[in-house]
Amino acid sequence: MLRFVLSRFGQTIAVLLMASVIIFALMRLIPGDPVLMVLGDDFSQDAYDRMRAKLGLDRGLVVQYVLWLRSVLQGDLGDSILQHQRVSILVWEAFVPTLVLVVASVIVGVLIALPSGIVAAMRKDSAWDYGSMGFAIFAYSMPSFWKGILLIWIFSVHFGWFPAMGYVAPWADFGDAVWKLVLPAITLGTFFSGLVARIIRSSLLEVLEADYIKAARAKGVRQAALVYRHALSNALIPVVTVIGLQFGALLGGAVLTETVFAIPGMGRLTVTAILNRDYAVVQGTILAGVFLVVLVNLAVDLTYAFLNPRIRVA
Amino acid sequence: MARQLDVGDLPIPSSVAGAEAATPGTRAALRGWWRRFARNRGAVFGLAVLVVILVLSLFAPLLAPYDPIAQGVGPALAGPSLAHWAGTDSFGRDMLSRIIYGARIALVVGVVSVVLAMLIGVTLGLAAGYYGGWLDIVVMRVMDALFAFPIIILAIAMMAVMGFGVLNVIIAVAVGFIAPFARVTRADVLAVKEEPYVEAARLAGVSGPAVIARHVLPNVMAPIIVQAALRVSGAIITEAGLSFLGLGPPPPTPVWGSMIAEGRNFIVMAPHVSTYPGIALMIAIVGLNLLGDGLRDTLDPRLRR
Repeated sequence: MLRFVLSRFGQTIAVLLMASVIIFALMRLIPGDPVLMVLGDDFSQDAYDRMRAKLGLDRGLVVQYVLWLRSVLQGDLGDSILQHQRVSILVWEAFVPTLVLVVASVIVGVLIALPSGIVAAMRKDSAWDYGSMGFAIFAYSMPSFWKGILLIWIFSVHFGWFPAMGYVAPWADFGDAVWKLVLPAITLGTFFSGLVARIIRSSLLEVLEADYIKAARAKGVRQAALVYRHALSNALIPVVTVIGLQFGALLGGAVLTETVFAIPGMGRLTVTAILNRDYAVVQGTILAGVFLVVLVNLAVDLTYAFLNPRIRVA
Repeated sequence: MARQLDVGDLPIPSSVAGAEAATPGTRAALRGWWRRFARNRGAVFGLAVLVVILVLSLFAPLLAPYDPIAQGVGPALAGPSLAHWAGTDSFGRDMLSRIIYGARIALVVGVVSVVLAMLIGVTLGLAAGYYGGWLDIVVMRVMDALFAFPIIILAIAMMAVMGFGVLNVIIAVAVGFIAPFARVTRADVLAVKEEPYVEAARLAGVSGPAVIARHVLPNVMAPIIVQAALRVSGAIITEAGLSFLGLGPPPPTPVWGSMIAEGRNFIVMAPHVSTYPGIALMIAIVGLNLLGDGLRDTLDPRLRR
């Protein structure tokens, strides 16, 4: 177990370092002189040289990277040219709403996927099975931003049941927050439920073929009890893995969903920064996004190892 | 993993990898594959969708009733009518024409970016898997890192670097799909390179690249094709997402994603502006997903039941 944990930590650090190199290189490829972007049009050669030295651009690329990495590790992501604010603060403020949306969507997704996956597996090849799997493919295939607009059109414009946009932190006003999160969470959650329902169905079908289930069935345990008491707990392990594997897709989906519902999250921060050529912010949000995805993957792998005795004992 | 296949199990690889003439064996195998494929209703539906998209893209100038970027060909934001089957947008442009031309960009971006990613990813995977050693370690660690980027976020970053335009969208989308191709290819190369015929070729003094091209690549082609088929829909969704965010091909290019985004402002008065291109996008995605699933189930012998 310890060996597994250590080697996973090592891999994580290697991936993060490599990702930081990619992000650093990308930002250096941007056409245009960063010094000019800070100084504007009117400056002396002396001021230019001083700013260039201040930004560290007069040194070699490797030195620049090491210096940049050092400040990133100290939590310093630089300053936003436009918003006159530290990038780390901007990124943190934007990440919270995005994460709230992701968590709400995972909850909605599992709430939809569990019953439909179980029914599909228990009544394999029935209309229920085809119906719920057809819905899963649809839910998975609909682009989240379009689904969001449809939901707004139906449930806020037509019926007026839910607000079309806005965000309130759950710890500020829980009721209002949930109210405003319903449509965005359904938008992103149905995408997730489509994936999870298919996994639950196939892993449940596999578990139901296992010897210990056959033994329980031979003992006379009813089908429903079989599923709930014996099979489901084992079939849920892959669901944890899917959350890990799809966390990146969820984060990407959240970026688009936020834009539809005007949630002030990571998507809006990044896109505004790109349009304004505020590259320190772009760099910061992307770095934070990758960092989060890698950490969630690590957490999921460790959880999985812990749940799985074959790895835990080894 | 030892793979037990008879030659007939891999119809597509031999034909794609340029077997000089279709031998009776491959023809029979193709027929067998087609029988399995034709029984898969989802896959057939997907194929039909692909054919429709292809026809729309190829014959867009003939099929579109109006110029897709001409403004004021009808009243602004008019609902569907006989003159404008899908209504008009806020500039009085014909929505149906824009949706038809939009199919063209979706298809071009989807296919070209996946082919580009495939060329790069497969080359890297072949080299890493076949030569091993430090090359393998470096290439695969870079792929691990690329894999950690959510695809849309990597594409957003690329667009920030390169600026807008169709070609840049293709590159931005392609970068996100390189890692899966490299991984799939490498995994299969590791198995194939231990086969006696590869070893025989190597011992006979055939050069590395020649062994890879003649003996390794043809035998790892099936999962790569499946992977490509599965990724096209993802590429189209990514392009639509970029366009929706305003980071895609610049206006007035008719792109489904930006049409949906534009319609958002008129959702109360003119819901058709957003919903119709969305329906086109969704049908394309559902169809391509079903086609990809169908190819996977009928082509990949390991998954076939």
